[in-house]
Amino acid sequence: MSVPILAARDLTKTYGKGPDRFDALKGVSLEVQRGESVAIVGKSGSGKSTLMHLLALLDTPGTGQIHVDGTEANDLSTRRLNALRNSLFGFVFQQFFLNPASSVLENVALPLKIAGVGPRERRRRALEVLEQLQLADKAKNKAANLSGGQKQRVVIARALVNNPQVLFADEPTGNLDTATGRIVEDILFDLNRKDGITLITVTHDHELAQRFERRIFIRDGLLINTDEEHAA
Amino acid sequence: MKPLEILKTAIANSVRSKLRTTLTILAIFVGAFTLTITNGLGTGISNYIDSQVAAVGSSNSFTVSKTNTNTAPGAGPAKYDPSTRVLAAGGRPGATELALSQADLKSIAAVPGITAVTPLTRVSPAYIEWNGHDKYQLSVLPLAGAQPQLAAGSSLDDSSSQSQIVLPVTYVGPLGLSDNNQAVGQTVVIGIDDAAGNMHEVSAQIVGIEQSSLLGVSGGFINKALSTALSNAQGTGAPAAAKDAFADATATFAPSTQAQINTMKSQLSAKGYTAQTLDDRIGTVKTVINAIIGVLDAFAVIALVAAGFGIVNTLLMSVQERTREIGLMKAMGMGSGSVFALFSTEAAFIGFLGSAIGSAVAIGIGTVVSRALARGPLSDLGGLHVLSFAPASVAVVIILVMVIAFVAGTLPAWRAARQNPIDALRYE
Ligand SMILES: Nc1ncnc2c1ncn2[C@@H]1O[C@H](COP(=O)(O)OP(=O)(O)OP(=O)(O)O)[C@@H](O)[C@H]1O
Ligand SMILES: [Mg+2]
Repeated sequence: MSVPILAARDLTKTYGKGPDRFDALKGVSLEVQRGESVAIVGKSGSGKSTLMHLLALLDTPGTGQIHVDGTEANDLSTRRLNALRNSLFGFVFQQFFLNPASSVLENVALPLKIAGVGPRERRRRALEVLEQLQLADKAKNKAANLSGGQKQRVVIARALVNNPQVLFADEPTGNLDTATGRIVEDILFDLNRKDGITLITVTHDHELAQRFERRIFIRDGLLINTDEEHAA
Repeated sequence: MKPLEILKTAIANSVRSKLRTTLTILAIFVGAFTLTITNGLGTGISNYIDSQVAAVGSSNSFTVSKTNTNTAPGAGPAKYDPSTRVLAAGGRPGATELALSQADLKSIAAVPGITAVTPLTRVSPAYIEWNGHDKYQLSVLPLAGAQPQLAAGSSLDDSSSQSQIVLPVTYVGPLGLSDNNQAVGQTVVIGIDDAAGNMHEVSAQIVGIEQSSLLGVSGGFINKALSTALSNAQGTGAPAAAKDAFADATATFAPSTQAQINTMKSQLSAKGYTAQTLDDRIGTVKTVINAIIGVLDAFAVIALVAAGFGIVNTLLMSVQERTREIGLMKAMGMGSGSVFALFSTEAAFIGFLGSAIGSAVAIGIGTVVSRALARGPLSDLGGLHVLSFAPASVAVVIILVMVIAFVAGTLPAWRAARQNPIDALRYE
């Protein structure tokens, strides 16, 4: 088997200190192969987002290691780490984190700007992704003036604009009605199938989880082997 | 992120959230405005003082007189010494002043560093008149090196053989002259008594009209030619020896350090002369003025500290408010250095806007107010511009405020830039 794009070993994460101390992850190990689609399933507060943030190198684990394409994350230079965050990974945040005062186009083009892409090229590529997510007509709107579902799609567009190899999506359809949710799901699976993007998605939705090649179940900061709700 | 992109984004960011930027600029504006005004006040007043001081005399000359060893009240009368001559002096009745002779002048000139010695003859004209109009009393000031502030005409020319006089502006109307410009070039007649009590008339040309001034010398300034003509007229019929007695002399020296001046002074003092520089003569006035300027400076520092806190506070809030934005940019792979550069550029840009606008408005308002004051309540003090703005000190104010804004905006940005992206994103 080839080197996994992501490999985590014995990840722990503790929030707070003293009496407020909380162990959100208690030793999680997993591997994700290139081009896989993986669903992370668990109850609210089980540690799904925490795990995603660690895997995407947005946060540092308490203990344990993460290997990206065979390289230990701690060994990466700051420059390399930033390059990974910018172009290898795309991240769809559960809370969106859009710049409300900026236009949709500017929000989507932000990763390209950070990468140093020129303004014309930025515009072209941002419009292309927006087109793909049926949002081209909203390009000039302020991000604050969008509906929840539209914001969700803008966030996905932003995660995709730099052609990432791994797309992390934290509850990408949680805010959408069934029809729109379906469209977004189709887009994600399309990217996975056609472009070979590795898809790592957090979801509550068991129906959606069934569409993934693999499901990872998490409870109270530990991986479990069965689907809790179906097992129960 | 490219540097140009950082600059463009920083400017776009500050323009984007108008309320926040406006409030920050306002805080900086108030600081820069206050600083520029206090600064302008200081500059205006010291400029005025400097010009007034220059009107009294040049800074590289001594007024030298013979040291009177017996002026202390209650010391009793001085012993008669046939070798010293006395002149009746102004001041309390009976006061005398020891006169300088030609020998004294030579001895003063012998002091190293002294380049020239000019005796000052006290001439006391009786009147001045123009074109047959009324006669007015006149006192004249042969102050070597003085540069009176002129309202019209030009300065005296000591090398000219023509008798020249600069009259205070207050003489123009009474003499029958219609205005300052008409006065310049006119010939006046000065009457002076000689030793025998005969009136002599000496004519002189008005070359300039002096603005009313603060340090209060209210006489005419005369050039060497006129001074000589008047003293000759005054000395007519006097014993030859009297002509050779001078109350004091002006000793000029090359521009020197304070230490050199002090050395010359003590050498003169050892020879029995009292030498006073301009600073000595107007010392108290200067001390008071320096105290006023010091108080203004203190206000400027207080204004700076107050403005500084305002700026720090607003920018700190503004950056903290945007910790999430910083987190987001870091999550997308922006380096800490770029985040830092972006936010500090923004802070410096806002700082620049605020301080440039603040200074510009202060200069605008200050100039208008200063002109109005100069025309109105302060019109008696010609040449006084309460507020004047030196480009260098305004630039210093702008840069100083920008630096404060930069530091204030940069410190929180630096803290935020060092965090994990997620920690910054979670910031509430
Ligand atoms: N910054 C934090 N400080 C303290 N506790 C935290 C912090 N972030 C998360 N937690 C706790 O860690 C646990 C896991 O949080 P996490 O966000 O990973 O849950 P989740 O599985 O994504 O839940 P949800 O489905 O509701 O998004 C929760 O109990 C949460 O309260
Ligand atoms: Mg979550």
